[in-house]
Amino acid sequence: MELAPLLLLLFAFTLAIFLGFELISKVPSQLHTPLMSGSNAISGITIVGALLALNTNESALAQWIGFAAVVFATINVVGGYLVTDRMLAMFKKKDGGKGGPKA
Amino acid sequence: MTAVLINLLYIAASILFIFGIKKLGSADTARKGNQLSSLGMLLAVVATLLYSGLSWWMVAAGILVGAAIGAVAAARVRMTGMPELVALFNGFGGIASLLVGCAEFVKIRDAGLAEYLVALQQQSGVVVPGWFALLAIGLTILVGGVTFTGSLVAWGKLSGKLAGAAVGFAGQQFINLLVFGAALAGTGLMVAGNGESGVALYAGIGLMVLALVFGVLMTIPIGGGDMPVVISLLNSFSGVAAAMAGFIILNNVLVVAGCLVGASGMILTVIMCKAMNRTLGNVLFSGFGSTGHSGKAVDGEMKPATVEDAYFVLEAAQSVVFIPGYGMAVAQAQHAVKELAELLEEHGAEVRFAIHPVAGRMPGHMNVLLAEADVPYEQLQEMDQVNPVMPTVDVAIVIGANDVINPAAEEDEGCPIYGMPIIRAYEAKTVYCLKRGKGAGFSGLENPLFYRENTRMLYGDAKATISALVAEFGK
Repeated sequence: MELAPLLLLLFAFTLAIFLGFELISKVPSQLHTPLMSGSNAISGITIVGALLALNTNESALAQWIGFAAVVFATINVVGGYLVTDRMLAMFKKKDGGKGGPKA
Repeated sequence: MTAVLINLLYIAASILFIFGIKKLGSADTARKGNQLSSLGMLLAVVATLLYSGLSWWMVAAGILVGAAIGAVAAARVRMTGMPELVALFNGFGGIASLLVGCAEFVKIRDAGLAEYLVALQQQSGVVVPGWFALLAIGLTILVGGVTFTGSLVAWGKLSGKLAGAAVGFAGQQFINLLVFGAALAGTGLMVAGNGESGVALYAGIGLMVLALVFGVLMTIPIGGGDMPVVISLLNSFSGVAAAMAGFIILNNVLVVAGCLVGASGMILTVIMCKAMNRTLGNVLFSGFGSTGHSGKAVDGEMKPATVEDAYFVLEAAQSVVFIPGYGMAVAQAQHAVKELAELLEEHGAEVRFAIHPVAGRMPGHMNVLLAEADVPYEQLQEMDQVNPVMPTVDVAIVIGANDVINPAAEEDEGCPIYGMPIIRAYEAKTVYCLKRGKGAGFSGLENPLFYRENTRMLYGDAKATISALVAEFGK
């Protein structure tokens, strides 16, 4: 029974797959790029794993590899969210212009 | 106590990711959704920092450096450079996961497997067999490595640093299979050696190298027009890599978030494949355009037109459809196109933009460019909306698109893109095709549309041609 927590993790994994499919299945093609770059930013969640490698008890080698991982993951996260926001801001701008007076 | 708090925060972060993705699916809420998901990320990072024993200066330096690079790149990129930047970020996510796998492998080599598992249990509260930890490490390195080099090749192709066309060589698929099989064998050896033996070390290193090689091999045979599929597939992989990393350190938020990305990327991939009426296997392994089949030769000739001719037809048109393709992105013609569309509207024409799902080099590529140029959202129409009204359209203006309007997809069974749904530009009363030169398009296919009775060719740079048309209206 020691394996129960591990099985829970596998359970979460399986459910998340179905959840992902349900969430995305009806996205208009207009939003495909932002969706992709937005979800790309989420994949930078691996930063959590990278941070945990920076434990001072670990060898210098493990820490430096972890450090590189943190840098790359942060670029992915910060860059990904900002670039998605920039794109979506453009989509937004037009919605505002629609209601306003048209020159 | 801290462990409970950390995990509660992880749950909150997962919920924010889920809502974020959900809201990304609709135009009105998309921006909010992205902000919610970034908040989730912040929460996950803050929660992780609650673990004791982290090297603070490394954490701070790593995040500062990464954030600075990411922010500058995101702020500087032009909308036309978006596909390659997304590919690059995606690659960075992949290598980050690969490095996480490596760091954990190093920990096992330092402390021995038994002690590593004890430390892991203290941190995560989960007991795992040694083989499971090693298998997760192997898979993380494998998927992360493929994502990294695959994305780099995609980045190179999209930014023009590598030749965009499909690269093929004899026995390619056999070699791919061999490399992939060897990488799996490497994973097996790593597990068998408990990660501690000398063999396990070499197996681990070999696995990493093979994964990196495989990423290149997988991506180089895929040509320009199939890029949207590859990009979304690699996006999916980066999520899977993160989920695998989550299985190493037994972390819920990594598993859930990574899995969400993996699933959503997979859906986009399938949508892109469907839009081309091809299976994923066909896209990945057929080396599109490398078959040498370029469609039937077409009788007749292409009829060039001048900008003045086009102006007179456009001035009288009641209804105009623009069909943009990758050529519009290359020429950066979107602003000029928007200007022309406005002038046409002033002259009483109804203007639409017909967007094919795989036009351009990434999913939704044309939409981003036209949004940048401020084209009203309502004017952008999907293929299924436009096709029924196509026969009533006076003028269809094709801007650097080729395959997505190629009637051979409907008529010529021997044609490589036979069966792919197209925008039926040929049904419009007059079709103007903007094209750089007379040669075949990116895919190397002959396009019978160019030879049709109702088609006129406008050769030259798309932006220059459109600007010349705009100038004609100004006269």
